[in-house]
Amino acid sequence: MSRKQVLRSDPGQVPVPGQAPADDTGCPILHVDMDAFYAGVELLDRPELRGTPVIVGAAGARGVVLSATYEARRFGVHSAMPMTRARRLCPQAVVIPPSHGKYAEVSKGVMEIFRAITPEVEPIASDEAFLDVRGAVRRLGSPARIAALIRAEVAERHGITCSVGVASTKFVAKLASRHCKPDGLLVVPADRVVEFLHPLPVAALWGVGERTEQALVRLGIKTVGDLAHVPASTLQREFGAVGAHLAELAWGRDERRVTPHAPDKSIGAEETFPYDVDDPDAIRRELLRLSERVAARLRAGGHIGRTVSVKLRRADFTTITRARTLREATDVAKEIYATACELYHAAGLDRVRLRLVGVRVENLRPAGTATHQLGLGERETGWREAEMAMDRAARRFGPEAVRPASLVRPRFDGMDL
Amino acid sequence: MKIQVSRDVLADSVAWTARALPARPAVPVLSGILLEALGDELALSAFDYDVSARAVIDADVAEPGKVLIPGRLLAEITRSLPAEPVQIATSGAEAVLTCGGAEFGLVTMPVEDFPSLPAMPPRAGAVGGGVFASAVAQVAAAASRDATLPMLTGIRVDIDGANVAMAATDRYRIAARDFLWHPEQPGVRAAVMVPARVMVEIGRSLRAGEVSIGFGDGVAGFECGGRTTTVRLLDEQFIDYRARLADTWAMRAEIAVAPFVEAVKRVALVAERHTAIRLSFSEGQVLVQAGGGDIGRGAEAVAAELDGADIQIAFQPHYLLDGLAGVETEKVRLHMASPTRPALITDADDDPAFRYLVMSLRLA
Repeated sequence: MSRKQVLRSDPGQVPVPGQAPADDTGCPILHVDMDAFYAGVELLDRPELRGTPVIVGAAGARGVVLSATYEARRFGVHSAMPMTRARRLCPQAVVIPPSHGKYAEVSKGVMEIFRAITPEVEPIASDEAFLDVRGAVRRLGSPARIAALIRAEVAERHGITCSVGVASTKFVAKLASRHCKPDGLLVVPADRVVEFLHPLPVAALWGVGERTEQALVRLGIKTVGDLAHVPASTLQREFGAVGAHLAELAWGRDERRVTPHAPDKSIGAEETFPYDVDDPDAIRRELLRLSERVAARLRAGGHIGRTVSVKLRRADFTTITRARTLREATDVAKEIYATACELYHAAGLDRVRLRLVGVRVENLRPAGTATHQLGLGERETGWREAEMAMDRAARRFGPEAVRPASLVRPRFDGMDL
Repeated sequence: MKIQVSRDVLADSVAWTARALPARPAVPVLSGILLEALGDELALSAFDYDVSARAVIDADVAEPGKVLIPGRLLAEITRSLPAEPVQIATSGAEAVLTCGGAEFGLVTMPVEDFPSLPAMPPRAGAVGGGVFASAVAQVAAAASRDATLPMLTGIRVDIDGANVAMAATDRYRIAARDFLWHPEQPGVRAAVMVPARVMVEIGRSLRAGEVSIGFGDGVAGFECGGRTTTVRLLDEQFIDYRARLADTWAMRAEIAVAPFVEAVKRVALVAERHTAIRLSFSEGQVLVQAGGGDIGRGAEAVAAELDGADIQIAFQPHYLLDGLAGVETEKVRLHMASPTRPALITDADDDPAFRYLVMSLRLA
């Protein structure tokens, strides 16, 4: 019997002989993940395709797979894969073009089911969410029972399946749901987290991307268990703050809470140039365009931010980011742009070929709390008012109705080059 | 060199001199304090090219001479010596300092490498130390510490006969103080910019008595009780601040300073950095409010005589407090025109010596 099966439980049911229900005390965190969400929704309208490979995604040459049924996944198809490749792998699959409105509707319905159980719902995508069910236990039963309830409700009301991971922390819950897919439920008891985690490959940990994984494997660290037995100080030396965090995760410690309305922490925009650019004027122009875009988004969302950062990626993909905290929080493109230019200049990358630049504003606060220290002799209306007028023009006449003169595209692109 | 000095006098003057030591000396010798024994005096000097400090104290000089000793170390040592007379004698490359049973051998630096200090410029006049210190404290509060705009880091000093006017601004407020002094020549006129940081140091370490002030070629000198500071002047223009102070204001409030300051400080506890303290003036009172954001809110009413229409105006708490701290009368006058126009804080006097113009904080 595999570990997965040992840990799997079927709460609320009579225990299968020889398999006691997993202990879910101290496991109030649920991670609910729809199974092949878009494909599942499409199958509601195409019941005849049930049990066959189905791929959702634009069929064109440059389309990518958005979702695929498990029958298609068996052939190696997975989301984000180029459609051409997917069709090569699984020529018999039926390809359905996406209809996003439908998914949003189902997603909304599913989230409503979650919110009827607890207000502590943190959606992380249209098809997955974390729930903290601590407050619902007395009303609805143990976390595993609630998980089963959710699975039944989702199936009954929306005709799609989902998988639920139940654990003491967010990231273990997420691993658990992934582990029991599709149409599963997995409880990782609080006292068996380490046992569950340690055989997993390091890539399973949150925050371990391709780069970190390679670096870890180079150090001979392949499984979470390997990682757990590396001294935290060594990890910190190798990976900085991320290292300390990984050490915590490897032992199943994760302090992150379920935050219902994860507020925007930062707003940014970036642009990959069609060809690498080394002309500082062109780069500054791009920084201006991105600053305008970020500022407009800040204002639209009612945010102001105090920290401006720029991201500069060289032609060889090495990337640096530089940040500066302002005296006062801002949502004014003019100020963001000025800071971005200073940061770009201070980075010493004038005349270095760049493939991407980005501008980001962090340290966000509600704009309602904004104050502005007027300078002596400063005009009462300034750039902020001008940019708010631009927003109004954009709402009436479309984006880019008004923009800085330096961003007005020359009539003959070719002559500019 | 061989001398004996009183421990307290030495420690005090070494500490004072050491304040002029540069934080990051351009050349190693500038980290030293030069001791010069001659006659029955010991002179201590420090210099960082912009500022020089020289203190002269009484000493029993057995053998005149000069020695250059690492300044901060000397300050640390003299501060912690026991209460016994101190002897300093040179012996080879070492300066031997003994006090009671303690003995230090300090490595000296070459005296001949120490640059010569600028001479104290000819005395232009003098003013009581108390007046000088309070005037500096009043105006320096509005000077900027940001060295990227040197003009804003200075105190402008205008002298016209017996009248002295000092002012500083950081672009958000202007603090100005007028006082009388005793000029050497009745018709003396001068207009200079002195680094505020240095003026504050001088004002702080003043002792009783008068401050003599002199102006030379790009240098100002201040002397008080045997301690001389020279400072290189800032070569900067200053804004025409008088025009701004002479504006007209439609509203005027008169408030007792002490309860107002206390209320502002209390309420400001809930004002986060760079957030507002809001003043709402109405008949008979001013309501001081702050907060309402993440950490809570505070409010307090203070009696005020209002002359003019009701007005609401907001300031950064420390900008407001810096202005109120400069008021020397029992009541403060606050002149206002609108929530987005600057307000003027003055002594409760029709011809106020202290005037502080502060820009308001615009609320969203």
